[in-house]
Amino acid sequence: MYSFEFERPTTIDDAVAALSRSGAQVIAGGQTLIPTLKNRLASPDVLVSLGAISELRGISVSSGSVVVGAATTHAEVAHSAAEAFPALSGLANNIGDPAVRNRGTVGGSIANNDPSACYPAAALATGATIITNSRRIAADDFFLGIFETALDEDELITSVEFPIPAAANYQKFEQPASRFALVGAFVSRFDTCVRVAITGAADSGVFRWSEAEKALTASFSPDSLAGLSVEADDMISDVHGSQAYRTNLVAVMTRRAVAAC
Amino acid sequence: MPRDQGIGASSARREDVRFLTGNGRYTDDFNVHGQKYVHFLRSDVAHGRIRSVNTLAAAAMPGVIAVFTGEDLEGIGGLPCGWLVTDRHGEPMNEPGHPVLAVGKVRHVGDPIAAVVADSVAEASDAAEAIEVDIEELPAVINMAAALEGGSLVHDEIGTNLCYDWGFVEDSREAVDAAIAEAEHVTSLELVNNRLVANAMEPRVALGDYNASNDESTLYTTSQNPHVIRLLMGAFVLQIPEHKLRVVAPDVGGGFGSKIFHYAEEAFCTLASRRLRVPVKWTASRSEAFVTDAHGRDHVTKIDLALSKDGKFKAIRTSTLANLGAYLSTFSTSVPTWLHGTLMAGNYTTPLVYVNVRAVFTNTVPVDAYRGAGRPEATFQLERVIDKAARELGIDPVEIRRRNFVQPDQFPYATPVALEYDTGNYPATMDKLVEIADLDGFAARAEESASRGRLRGLGVNCYIEACGIAPSNLVGQLGARAGLYESATVRVNATGSVTVMTGCHSHGQSHETTFPQVVSDMLGIDEGQINVLHGDTANAPMGMGTYGSRSIAVGGSAIVRATEKIVAKAKRIAAHLMEASADDIEFADGVFSVAGTDKSVAWGDVCLTAYVPHNYPLDKLEPGLEETAFYDPANFTFPAGAYACEVEVDTDTGAVEICSFAAADDFGNVINPMIVDGQVHGGIAQGVGQALREHAIYDSNGQLLTGSYMDYAMPRADDLPSLVVDHSCQTPCTHNPLGVKGCGEAGAIGSPPTVVNAVIDALQRGGYDVDHIDMPLSPSRVWEAING
Amino acid sequence: MATVHMVVNGREVSGEVEGRTLLSDFLRNGLKLTGTHIGCDTSQCGACVVHVNGKAIKSCTMFALEASDSTVTTIEGMANEDGSLGIVQQAFQDHHGLQCGFCTPGMVMSAAALLSENLTPGEAEIRDYLEGNICRCTGYQNIVKAIQGAAEELAA
Repeated sequence: MYSFEFERPTTIDDAVAALSRSGAQVIAGGQTLIPTLKNRLASPDVLVSLGAISELRGISVSSGSVVVGAATTHAEVAHSAAEAFPALSGLANNIGDPAVRNRGTVGGSIANNDPSACYPAAALATGATIITNSRRIAADDFFLGIFETALDEDELITSVEFPIPAAANYQKFEQPASRFALVGAFVSRFDTCVRVAITGAADSGVFRWSEAEKALTASFSPDSLAGLSVEADDMISDVHGSQAYRTNLVAVMTRRAVAAC
Repeated sequence: MPRDQGIGASSARREDVRFLTGNGRYTDDFNVHGQKYVHFLRSDVAHGRIRSVNTLAAAAMPGVIAVFTGEDLEGIGGLPCGWLVTDRHGEPMNEPGHPVLAVGKVRHVGDPIAAVVADSVAEASDAAEAIEVDIEELPAVINMAAALEGGSLVHDEIGTNLCYDWGFVEDSREAVDAAIAEAEHVTSLELVNNRLVANAMEPRVALGDYNASNDESTLYTTSQNPHVIRLLMGAFVLQIPEHKLRVVAPDVGGGFGSKIFHYAEEAFCTLASRRLRVPVKWTASRSEAFVTDAHGRDHVTKIDLALSKDGKFKAIRTSTLANLGAYLSTFSTSVPTWLHGTLMAGNYTTPLVYVNVRAVFTNTVPVDAYRGAGRPEATFQLERVIDKAARELGIDPVEIRRRNFVQPDQFPYATPVALEYDTGNYPATMDKLVEIADLDGFAARAEESASRGRLRGLGVNCYIEACGIAPSNLVGQLGARAGLYESATVRVNATGSVTVMTGCHSHGQSHETTFPQVVSDMLGIDEGQINVLHGDTANAPMGMGTYGSRSIAVGGSAIVRATEKIVAKAKRIAAHLMEASADDIEFADGVFSVAGTDKSVAWGDVCLTAYVPHNYPLDKLEPGLEETAFYDPANFTFPAGAYACEVEVDTDTGAVEICSFAAADDFGNVINPMIVDGQVHGGIAQGVGQALREHAIYDSNGQLLTGSYMDYAMPRADDLPSLVVDHSCQTPCTHNPLGVKGCGEAGAIGSPPTVVNAVIDALQRGGYDVDHIDMPLSPSRVWEAING
Repeated sequence: MATVHMVVNGREVSGEVEGRTLLSDFLRNGLKLTGTHIGCDTSQCGACVVHVNGKAIKSCTMFALEASDSTVTTIEGMANEDGSLGIVQQAFQDHHGLQCGFCTPGMVMSAAALLSENLTPGEAEIRDYLEGNICRCTGYQNIVKAIQGAAEELAA
């Protein structure tokens, strides 16, 4: 690990101020960033920790949505959203392992936009709003490609507002080693539409499977997906699965998510 | 009734208390005052010519003590290979050098180019980045077949990438060819035994500590065999005589073979400490371990099995390419040959066997022994081809094995591949398996699986292994450059407690518990009165260490022999005390008595007399009560067993779930059943890992694509079911005093073909025309096979 | 350098650390509590699991400064006051839940965390909870049995 200065502000304003320093970078739960730092793949001059900012933590549930503070851990989401939004709770409860879930945060996951992370699928499939210190960004406008988001350099996610669908389910097929999503499919059925977001599969990161959405909006049944397929050329190919395999998993996981809704 | 002490008791492990309270002392827990830290700059290309290495800037960095390159180590020996293989034409293998730091070329990703010694790990790492290395990248040879067909040369000086072309038994080659040509049926299979990384949970560590005042070096290292390291490093690399070199392998966090070998970092830290006059420590990161620990397996094989129509095995011919990686690791050459070819008869009476192995250099990490070492490779190909043959001939897989078993009355049984099995009962272990795996209930379970949309499959197979490699005079003829005896010193203390010093090393095997069980039985004293010292060349006699499931069979036997000497001497002391003839002394339950009288003297009195010899036959007998024995076995031991596994395949995703796994093993006599169960559990988990998950994958440029736990899939708790293990079938070894065979590797040997057989069975039952999938049977591979 | 204060195994401690000093480094090198082990560099193996404010975390993936003013429990703090093995530790010995012992501190800390959340975990729940703790020796079987045994003991 390279040397850096460590700041631990207690308010959002102080965090934003710290982030304006040259070479500053946010650290949330650190479950991805710290291994990256260990391998000397990142060299921030200043790390700004969100761990001491209490206003970034916590979950509030209203009739139509769950608002999760950016520094809320996966374990807290799993616990606190269990009744209001079981699909989100279930997703959170299957990220990493218990110790990782006690540190990793919603905001960290969404800001990092790892192509195999689970939360981006939930955000996209629910039409979530990513709330920062300066604006509200629709999930559809937020994820710009792997590890790329609409966030400005010194912008900080403060919370994420997830609309609660009438029914939802997330199916994750785990990469055997990392246990990240080899393919994850989040299906949300709203009164007027269905949204399907796929993570883990595509070269460009999390995406909405619009063809499936259209078919499921017309008729919400696994059978509606028969014959539908994502474009294999857009899929990732690596030691864990070919493009053809991931293409298949997208269909299988989506079908299973619909069946489980 | 189970015993609570001694042989056969499930004594609680005395090692546990320190491990459970955080008081274990692993090598990285050792810190010597004033120690400095090493960071190795390693090659990030697989093959290249070193044009220049400029260390000037690095040497000027903060905290840096010194920077070394290969040129600075001129005159230092290379890392030696411990086994000379002679090829099928009688020629010695090609044996290129293995420098401690690269000289001239780098030959694999991870090859050390330079080493920085600094005040802190961070400063050493920072300085390593400032080293300017100019490397002319050369084409990498990764694929073994390509390496033999004119790819670039890993070692220019030997003019080939072939280490050896080994034939066994060469004289039977033509007869085997003829038998296969004339057979009623021949089943052939091409398969890969996937490359693995041992991944002991403790990464390797080396700490060299030179004491200039007496010119003595101490190396603390994560080793399975400290004496072997002392000999290899002292005699061949650094030219330090044994009395000036102490090697300590304290608590070691698993080995599985990967900590047998002498590694460059051990030699470097010892040397750097001598040159710099400061202690020098290196601790591997896991990422570093992936590209420096010797890998395992990596064979590509074609096997032909000739049978009669009724399933009797007539001949086996097998041809293997074995990857040795870029350099010859310590015992690498023996693994694909003597530890592999000699096992190709399996549990069966096949009269004709021919094994050909071509060992190949590639631009990959060296490959050496990993749990089972050669025997899993033999078992896998044999049991896979048998399964395929059974299907082709329409014979039940259990039945075809039964038809070919060496029968209990055929022992000792001489195989066509040079071994003599001393004892065994293969039908009995198969009977036991049928019972504990409830094979008769399979059909109903398959139906239940089908009702949930899953394909269920059943795999069975047998294995035999050869443990406790021996005797030394034979292995010497076969090319071993070491003896394979084991040592023990039994020191009886003045008040009757006992310290056992063994040349074996425990890194999970529980010697501190099991060895006292043996001595306790022999001396009739409480286990708690006996302790074990190991892992330090300063306190144990020259021993060969722990690997190949040898500790109880060889090391345990040495302890028995030393304890027998103790008893013999103690009887003479007791005879003196009771004014009787030593021939009349009986010893039982810790009491010496004169036969036919009521005279007796207790163990403790004899011990005290030995050390306070006021009333003692000093003219005939030395005082003291301490004996050493070296035990060199007459033969290998031959554990064997029968395994069964049931899987469910999700054909939509290719995911395989292990539903049940049962193992019926014959380990001969068992010292501690609880510990034996644990050894089998662990072996099976590693074998299941090989079968379904683990794979060290190189791309064509020689980059390791699965170089961390993010991509190398280690078996986790939720990947495994509860395992059913049984070792009640016991045919004691006939040639060692405990009748023991060894149990450490069995699970890893027997389980991979069991799992693969089960998956293929599931797919066949589902109507898929799939007769083989190469390991690991990852979801994507299974899915591709189904949809291929 | 900055000063960090925390309560470790019931004892107030402080020390000078860099920003990049991991909690595991502080425990091992600063406090000489070497029971916490480092088995990987990607937050997967779990040999470094400790409790921070009662929650299991991977101490190799948390900076020491993040644990400022926290209560930390390591494997060294798991024995009874008289030095005898605590219930979870004792269950690991009774059921032969360890071999080489390297992963054991993390396993025990994860097991204790599980049992603090769920006193009656089933086998599947235990195996699931241990997803982030890799053991290469035991095949996990006796670890699962040990945790089941500890659960029974705690319920008794």
